[in-house]
Amino acid sequence: MSLTLYEKLVRQHTVTQLDDEHVLLYVDFHIMNEYTSPQAFAGLHTADRPVWRPQAHLAVVDHVNPTRPIQSLNDIEDEGGRLQIETLSKNCIRHNIQLFDLFDPRQGIEHIVVPENGFAWPGMVIACGDSHTTTYGAFGALGFGIGTSEIEHVLATQTLVYKTLKPMLVQVDGILPIGVTAKDVVMAFVAKVGAAGASGFAVEFAGSTIAALSVEARMTICNMAVEAGARAAVIAPDQKVFDYLDGRPHAPKGADMVAALGNWQTLQSEPGAQFDKVVHLDATMIEPLVTWGTSPDQSVPVTRTIPNPTNDADHRALDYMGLFAGQSLSGLKIDRAFIGSCTNARIEDLRKAAKILKGHQVCSDVTAIVVPGSKDVRRVAEAEGLDAIFRQAGFEWRGSGCSMCLAMNDDIAMAGERCASSTNRNFEGRQGRGVRTHLMSPEMVAAAAVNGAIVDVRKMMETHQ
Amino acid sequence: MIPFTKVSGIAAPMPAPNIDTDIIMPKQFLKRIDREGLAIGAFHDLRFDETGAERPEFVLNKIPYRSAKFLICGDNFGCGSSREYAVWGLLQLGIRAIIAPSISGIFFGNCEKNGLLAITVPQADVDPLVAHASLPETSEMQIDLHNQTILASSLCVPFEISDTRKQLLLSGADHIQTTLNATDQIRAFEKKQQSHAPWLWAHLAKG
Repeated sequence: MSLTLYEKLVRQHTVTQLDDEHVLLYVDFHIMNEYTSPQAFAGLHTADRPVWRPQAHLAVVDHVNPTRPIQSLNDIEDEGGRLQIETLSKNCIRHNIQLFDLFDPRQGIEHIVVPENGFAWPGMVIACGDSHTTTYGAFGALGFGIGTSEIEHVLATQTLVYKTLKPMLVQVDGILPIGVTAKDVVMAFVAKVGAAGASGFAVEFAGSTIAALSVEARMTICNMAVEAGARAAVIAPDQKVFDYLDGRPHAPKGADMVAALGNWQTLQSEPGAQFDKVVHLDATMIEPLVTWGTSPDQSVPVTRTIPNPTNDADHRALDYMGLFAGQSLSGLKIDRAFIGSCTNARIEDLRKAAKILKGHQVCSDVTAIVVPGSKDVRRVAEAEGLDAIFRQAGFEWRGSGCSMCLAMNDDIAMAGERCASSTNRNFEGRQGRGVRTHLMSPEMVAAAAVNGAIVDVRKMMETHQ
Repeated sequence: MIPFTKVSGIAAPMPAPNIDTDIIMPKQFLKRIDREGLAIGAFHDLRFDETGAERPEFVLNKIPYRSAKFLICGDNFGCGSSREYAVWGLLQLGIRAIIAPSISGIFFGNCEKNGLLAITVPQADVDPLVAHASLPETSEMQIDLHNQTILASSLCVPFEISDTRKQLLLSGADHIQTTLNATDQIRAFEKKQQSHAPWLWAHLAKG
């Protein structure tokens, strides 16, 4: 039987089949953060169990830390968050697990620092206590989010009791129009299938559009596939992926790299492999998308108006967002602009946003911040002078972390404020109680910041030319 | 983990789709290193207004649903963030089972690890359960995991569950110990992987 890439990855990591739908799955690499791991370590300690394979884990501080400069942990006013950061450090020391703590030059959002340090490779199974672990599918790895009990399970056994998913193919073909990004591709996918449309599925993204994207752009796509309910998203690795990994600190080297490449080149769905569901997207028809509601599938092209509600949830969403059917999103005033998150805070995202901002000023009514995804991204951006462009435009140039994507730290908006955001979730209260979040690409956020209102970024691109 | 065998109690209707874990457990309750004190956080912003006063219109603030043990939900319940705090909070609020046409993957896994029974049944079966739950006089239900049935007055809805999950929930067994019983198989897998894919063992966090 011909296998899909997803099925290959599962088969290569199956320790034993448990029943028709569950396998005991081996986890090659596991990443932890400060807020979903403390109870897992506590459980381990109560049961007096050792960590099975300490070198197969990495811990990163990213969710609760402030993004304004601090000198020491004592400068963090939030006691709970500080305790979580301190606890992660203690746990890592106790179990000999590598930690990128707050003051480590490699610190940043977990799904950004893992790739940039070369920890994620084709053919791996990677788990992490964070739903956006699907990001690693961009490398042809099987990445998925887990809860705290499963973190404890991986720490103690290096495996998970894993429910196998059905394969879904998302075929994206054609050249993306100018001003349309990977973010718009994945938002178009989520809008097309719905927030539960890929529930129970592992999505494989393929086609000429995907092949033409950079590895970073592919990460944006796999990252947000979870917003359609996909527990996994994969893209067959190609030369771009191999080149991306070459020379990164933790990527295989020398003879190991040669052997790895031999294996990685076999990681594709086989001809004739069967998918349970196939979705086609025509890239040439995709426009910059903006969400109007409180679920990531509630989006429309910026050129269109808000559709008529079809159920109670739509009505509730419009009410929360302070919008009505038939209204145009273009021209809608915003109070905040946020560029950041594991979806869109890589160096390519910052370059594209800076290109839109160059020579412009953020509207005086708008508070705008940019949170680079990692300290590495921040350093590269500063070396390229991007920080100066952001600052001169009126953006605050911050330290790295999850920040206002989920507002667990002090980067939080006020009730009733409207935020143009390059993040992944527009849930009620996500960026603060009563805050109205509009998801869009980082370029679109930059354009909205300048205009003080949501606008089609392509109009600003025309004036640049 | 608390075993789940046969549980009776009030079922509350919550049929909206896409109730995410940010709604179930908002961010201000996630700053802990233990699993305690989360009952107050469960559905906090729906249960309480900005001043901390109860919102009388929210279902779980009404009689008899204040003591609900089951939630009859819409599509994609528990979507979004992986935070297991959501499941801990629901259990601490007294919720023992979630019934929905679909339940988000990570949340579903978190439920079973804590003895919160997550049941998916077709929308055609959810609708009459919502109707029963919506009337206080028919909102009492019984879930029998052994026989895989949901009883609501005249209604009996069967549900599917894999044997692996069922046995773990019935016994309340320690998942990790169950896996550690297969230690030899895990070691054998590792040995095989070291010979087939040695690079996977050479370059990780600390080689």
